[in-house]
Amino acid sequence: MATDRQPGRRSHMIGRVFIYGSLLGLAAFYLMPLWVMVATSLKSLDEIYAGSFIGVPEKVTFEAWVKAWGTACIGTKCDGLKPYFVNSLVMVIPAVVLSSGIGAINGYVLTKWRFKGANVVFGLLLFGCFLPFQAVLLPMAQILGWLGLAGTIPGLVLVHTVYGIAFTTLFFRNYFVTIPDELTKAAQIDGAGFFRIFFSIMLPAALPIIVVSCIWQFTQIWNDFLFGVSFTAGDSSPVTVALNNIVNVTMGRKQYNVDMASAMIAAIPTLVVYVVAGRYFVRGLTAGAVKG
Amino acid sequence: MDGLPGPRVPADRTEILANGHGDQMRKHRSFKALLTAQLPKLVLSPSLIAVFVGVYLFICWTAAISFSSSKMVPKFDFVGLEQYVRLWSTPRWITAVENLFVFTMLFLAITIALGLFIAILLDQRVRAEGVLRAIYLYPMALSFIVTGTAWKWILNPSLGVQKVVNDLGWQGFVFDWITRPEFAIYCVVIAAVWQSTGFAMAIFLAGLRGIDNSIIKAAQIEGAGMARIYLSIIVPMLRPAFLSVIVLLSYISIKSFDLVLALTNAGPGSATEMPSTFMFSATFRRNQMGVGAASAMMMLMTVAAIIIPYLYSELKEDRDGH
Repeated sequence: MATDRQPGRRSHMIGRVFIYGSLLGLAAFYLMPLWVMVATSLKSLDEIYAGSFIGVPEKVTFEAWVKAWGTACIGTKCDGLKPYFVNSLVMVIPAVVLSSGIGAINGYVLTKWRFKGANVVFGLLLFGCFLPFQAVLLPMAQILGWLGLAGTIPGLVLVHTVYGIAFTTLFFRNYFVTIPDELTKAAQIDGAGFFRIFFSIMLPAALPIIVVSCIWQFTQIWNDFLFGVSFTAGDSSPVTVALNNIVNVTMGRKQYNVDMASAMIAAIPTLVVYVVAGRYFVRGLTAGAVKG
Repeated sequence: MDGLPGPRVPADRTEILANGHGDQMRKHRSFKALLTAQLPKLVLSPSLIAVFVGVYLFICWTAAISFSSSKMVPKFDFVGLEQYVRLWSTPRWITAVENLFVFTMLFLAITIALGLFIAILLDQRVRAEGVLRAIYLYPMALSFIVTGTAWKWILNPSLGVQKVVNDLGWQGFVFDWITRPEFAIYCVVIAAVWQSTGFAMAIFLAGLRGIDNSIIKAAQIEGAGMARIYLSIIVPMLRPAFLSVIVLLSYISIKSFDLVLALTNAGPGSATEMPSTFMFSATFRRNQMGVGAASAMMMLMTVAAIIIPYLYSELKEDRDGH
């Protein structure tokens, strides 16, 4: 829907100026924190304390990045964010693959092999998308302890997989609904079995939603803080928890440049995904709100 | 069967054999058929069990703890509503609930107004729409911890916005909300709005794109101005988008935890305590597991009261053939 009225040229001009002025002003507001993070991370500490937070760095230095990555202190250890960044990677890759794979097959069953009560099952599953995780933190901590996974990366992988299934199932279910049943029925008559149909008909057709699901899960799991801070401690923390610890160090002169470099390091993976595949990210974002 | 004694008429024998074989075949086939018929459910069940344990059983478990006298370790005795009474007589919890209320109202109002405004502007055939949209939306890809860290630095009065404005010559300018208990919650609102506007915008824009152009043309022919058309025709048509945005933003605000922790650490003092931060510190820092569980149940019930009717209406429409 767009408006193509032809009013007087003058009021049209005023309207355009208002539209572009507002859009650009707002764009500046939304870009400002990112600019501030990047600019601050490239300044020396002296320049930060002398100058303004928003200005262009007079002398660009990558010192803060090097420090944030390799030598900044978190707790009593001074190895920087690197080990925690690796933790996040080791956690996020299996969790994304597992939850998306399970979601794909669930969506396939719920749409192409409908059984009595499938809708109820789906409804109950859907509530999992909106579960406030505080309601399951205590039992989960207990169970992870019993399984011997407390404070470990595999424990976090398990948690993220279980609570990711609701969303991934939603994605794939809503996508597979649009694939005509005749296609799977015909394949069945030709003798293709359950898995054969899944792997050679459904999955190849599902490429866009696989991307949506993987991107969504990657962003969610990478950005998670609650599970990370509740179920891990020290060495096994993901990068978000480590970032929060770096920032909250209260000793000595506050190293804002290192804080901002750390924040950028934690943000880069999801930002890169967003820049490369933003379209799919938006689709995942709106999937919970707009049907079909 | 092969060891059948006595003389037999071959026809019989073959018949029996055939029968026996047929039986086996049928058994085999029926097992296979059963497996084939049940395979979908079989494949579905492990993950369903995991989700049902992880969501529904765990909720019951938390509920049980909220009715027990648990402090440092979980106990499964029954003390009735004692923990709930204790929760609601904790000033910190009252602060948290009040904060949540103020935060949610402002966060929703501003995010929706701004998101709708941007969506309407973007819908006026502007150049570089893709780039602009990407700019408004990128904060959604960031962790709340990153957002909190950035805004903590921007809002910091000694080096942030206040100093910049002071240096520009406006010496009297004060912007120290983050250090003042009565204003700190508004800082959380600013950062949360910044992060979530793009999301509201995306949904409103999708709604606007779904509106038929001819309706607007017709209204224009009747002589209605653009402002009027938007206010009395288009915005009411965005009802489903409004519903989605309100529900999902409320959900974001109830569970917002990381942002508060990173931005204000629930302070100064406990000025920006929220239910989510209260639950965390009661459970993991102050050894009040029962109170923590009770607060988690309160959060869950609030979310359920918003989400369940929403899901129900969405699913019902689904079944009606949408």
